[in-house]
Amino acid sequence: MTPLLTCKEFLQELSEFLDETTDADIRAKLEKHTTECPNCWVICDTTKKTIKVFKGMQACAIPEDVHARLMAAMEKKNAAKVKA
Amino acid sequence: MGLGIRLCRWRRLLTRIDNPNPINPDEHLLTCDMIDSLVELPAQGTQSGVFDETDLLAQARTGDTRAFSGLISHYEGKIFRLAQHITQNREDAEDVLQETFLKAYEHLDQFQGNSKFYTWIVRIAVNQALMKLRKRKTDRSVSLDEGIDTGEDIMIREIAAWDEDPEQRYSRAELNEILDSAVQSLAPTYRAVFVLRDVEELSTEETAEALELSIPAVKSRLLRARLQLRDKLTSFFKRKGDDAFAYM
Ligand SMILES: [Zn+2]
Repeated sequence: MTPLLTCKEFLQELSEFLDETTDADIRAKLEKHTTECPNCWVICDTTKKTIKVFKGMQACAIPEDVHARLMAAMEKKNAAKVKA
Repeated sequence: MGLGIRLCRWRRLLTRIDNPNPINPDEHLLTCDMIDSLVELPAQGTQSGVFDETDLLAQARTGDTRAFSGLISHYEGKIFRLAQHITQNREDAEDVLQETFLKAYEHLDQFQGNSKFYTWIVRIAVNQALMKLRKRKTDRSVSLDEGIDTGEDIMIREIAAWDEDPEQRYSRAELNEILDSAVQSLAPTYRAVFVLRDVEELSTEETAEALELSIPAVKSRLLRARLQLRDKLTSFFKRKGDDAFAYM
């Protein structure tokens, strides 16, 4: 008989469970725990949504002025290099 | 405009050219953007439609500044966002951005090519960003490898179910503010790991390499960061009228 997981053990494995990098036997235990423990089910579900909402964050295009100053800094560096 | 959008437009454009019998009357005009995209593509170093940095890197190594500019165009947005996340300050982030590419250009001969170019510049950027933080908080040193924290307890403050797609309750601007302030509340050591793994979507191994941390340290920090953010976001995203508090 496999020993039951405690909630603490469940949380320790949660990240890898959500990334689907746990071994199959541990995965089965974790899945079983979520069906039996409403608290861990909620934590698991809301953590999954947390990750999802951050992954959906759009990278804003770099502001024109920031890009321009970066290119100017590169040019300055090159000019100094050529001179040297 | 993102490269993806550009490519998508380009493909649409090619389909249209290939198609012998067009034309939906309100769809037959090429917009400037489409023409733009056609002209700009080769300059991005994309011949086949997929960004291939190998050639650009090889050229940049010989001192070809235009090739290096191609690399900058591809990665500057990500590096700037990363720097903003870690420093939480736009001015510092811009400094970090410049220092990162200047250093990368200067030390390009030291880039071995056994890691991805992106991971390499991320490592430079993270170091620069942490230096900024250290300078700002001279009283408190910021180090990524202080104490590996695997054993201690994990805090869960509130357990409440969220709606499906809870972010839709907020406008894009409101949402960005909520997410930014949540990230800002993390300790720098957790913040860097979280941003690389879950925002920039680097692998655990790449994150470990970029931050010079062990893989268990990355995993442990990621777990804590995710749970802390979950806690923060719960007050915004929990199901309305569902005030079930529970403590563990
Ligand atoms: Zn549980």
